Amino acid sequence: MSVAPSVTPTHSRDAAPAASRRRGPWLSVAGTVPFFAYTAIFLVLPTLLVVVGAFRSREGVFTLNGITQALSERTIGIFINSLVVSAVTALIGAVAGALIAYALATAPSGSLMRRTFTAFMSVVAQFGGVMLAFAFIATIGINGMVTRLMTQTVGFSLDPAMLSTLFGVGVVYIYFQIPLMVIVFLPALDGLKPQWREATANLGGTGVTYWTRVAGPILLPSFLGSYLLLFANSFSAFATAAALISQQTIIVPMEIESALRNENDLGMDAYAQALALGMIIVVALVMWGYAVLGRRASRWQA
Amino acid sequence: MAGVNARAKSGAKTFRVVVIALASVYFLLPLVSLADFSVRFPLTGKVDANAWLALIAPDDSGRLDLLREGLFNSLVMAVMTVVLAIGILLPTMMLVRLRLPRLSRIVEFICLLPLTIPAVVLVVGLAPIYAVISTKILDANTIWLAFAYVILVLPFVYRSLDAGLRSIDLKTLSETTRSFGGSWWTVLWRVIVPNVRSAIVSACFITIAVVLGEFTFARMLARTNLQTSLFQINLSDGQVAAAVSLLCLGLTTLLLVALDLIVGLGERRRARTLAPVTVED
Repeated sequence: MSVAPSVTPTHSRDAAPAASRRRGPWLSVAGTVPFFAYTAIFLVLPTLLVVVGAFRSREGVFTLNGITQALSERTIGIFINSLVVSAVTALIGAVAGALIAYALATAPSGSLMRRTFTAFMSVVAQFGGVMLAFAFIATIGINGMVTRLMTQTVGFSLDPAMLSTLFGVGVVYIYFQIPLMVIVFLPALDGLKPQWREATANLGGTGVTYWTRVAGPILLPSFLGSYLLLFANSFSAFATAAALISQQTIIVPMEIESALRNENDLGMDAYAQALALGMIIVVALVMWGYAVLGRRASRWQA
Repeated sequence: MAGVNARAKSGAKTFRVVVIALASVYFLLPLVSLADFSVRFPLTGKVDANAWLALIAPDDSGRLDLLREGLFNSLVMAVMTVVLAIGILLPTMMLVRLRLPRLSRIVEFICLLPLTIPAVVLVVGLAPIYAVISTKILDANTIWLAFAYVILVLPFVYRSLDAGLRSIDLKTLSETTRSFGGSWWTVLWRVIVPNVRSAIVSACFITIAVVLGEFTFARMLARTNLQTSLFQINLSDGQVAAAVSLLCLGLTTLLLVALDLIVGLGERRRARTLAPVTVED
C-alpha cells in the first residue's frame, strides 16, 4: 500500500482492493455455494438418509423394524462373515505386503527394479472388482489355466467350486490387499534411518535386538494403521464377490444389494439403511483407530 | 568387518530377488491366465482369436450391443465427471485460498469424506435421490450417475489440485492479474488453469480410471455401464469378457503410467523453480 501512486496511474491501487474487501467476503462466499450445494445433495444428504432412514418406515414414521431385522441371527451371521473375511485377508495381505515392501526397501530407492515393481503394484492395487474375479475364474476356475495344467501334470487340482465360497472370495481379495500394503507401508520402511541400526550395533545390539527393540516398535503403529486400511478396503468391497457368487448373499454389501433391488417388499428400504448404518459404524471405528495410530506413527517421521 | 558387510549385502540381495520374483509370478499368473482364457475355447481347448476379433468386427447378432452401450455410457460419464468435478472444485479452492482461508478446513474435510464412506453405503442413501431424479427431474438414463461419480472422485481431484495450487504463488499471480485490470474470470482461466495444468491432467486421468472401473453404483441402481455390462456378458460369453477386461487393464495401466510421468515432471519443475524457497511441509 505504500507504493507510490505513480506506479499505477490509471488504476487506483488503494481503492480497488479496499472496495473488494468490503463486499468481497459475501461475493466470495457466494462463489463457494455451488460446491457446498453439490456436496450437500450428493454426499451429506445420502449419508443423513442412511442414518435417519434406518429408523423410519416408508411412511416416515419412527420404527425399529429395520434395526430389528438387521439384528436377526441370519444378518449377524452375514456381518460376522464380512468381519472375518476382512480381518483375515487384511492380516495375510499386511504380512505378505510388509515382506515385499521390506525386500523393496533394501534396494536403492532409484533402482530400476524397485521403480518398476512399485509401479506394477499401484496398477495391480487398482485392478479390482469384476475383472479381478474373471481373472481368478480364468486361473483356478473350472476351465482355468492353473486347473488345467495341474490336472495334466499332477492329476489333481484345487476344487474350482471353492471360488464361489467365502474362502474363495478371501483368496481373491488377498490379490488386491498385498499391493495396497506395499504402497502404504513402503514409506514407513524408508523412514527407518540407517543410523539407528548403526547405533544399535555400536551399543552391542544384534540384528534381533534391532528388530525387536528399535525398528519393530517404530514400525508397529504404521503396520497396524496399514492393517486397518486394508481391513476397511475389503470390508467395503462388493464387485469381486458379486461377480464370483450369484446364488446367495454371504457378505454385507451383497445383502444390501438384495435388499435394495428387492421390488416386491417395499419395507426392505429401512433394512438396507440399517445394514448401511452398521457398515458406517464399523468403518468409523476403524478410521478412528487409523487416525490414532497415524498420530503415533508420525512421531518418528519428522 | 568388510567381509561381514559384503556377506550381509549379498544376503539381502538374494532375499530381495527371491521375494520379488515370487511376488511377480503370483501377480502375473492371473493376468496370463486371463489372456489364455480369452483365446482358448473351454470345451475343445482350441485356440483362436475369435473373442478379440468380435470386438472390432461389425457384428449384427447383437450379442455385444450391451457391452457397446455400457462402454459408451462409461465414456460419456467419464467426460461429465471430469468437467463437473474440476468445474466445481477448482474455483472453490481458488476462492478459499485467496479470500476465505477459514473455510479451507471444512472444504478439505468434505472432499476427503468419501474416502471413509464405502460406496455401497453411499448408494443406499443415493437410491431415494436417484428415484426423484429419474421420475421428477431428469430421466432414468445411466449417464446421470456421473453426478454421484463426482463424489467418488472428489478426494483424488482435491489432492491433485491441492498439490498443484500449493506449487504456485497464487496470491501474487492473482494480485498481479487484478492490478492489471483482469477480472476474476481472467485470473481463473488465463492465469491459474495454465499454471496448474499438470495437476488438472492428473485429476482427469484418475477420474477416468475410477469411472471406467465403477461397478457398485451402477449395479445397485440397475444401470448399464462398462462394468455392469461386462458382468452380464460374462454370463453368456466369458471369452469376450476376458478380452475386454485385459483391454481395460491395459488402458488403466497406460493412464497410471502417464499420470506418474506427469507428476514426476511437475515435481522436477517445481524443484527447479522453487529450489531456494523452503516449503513448510
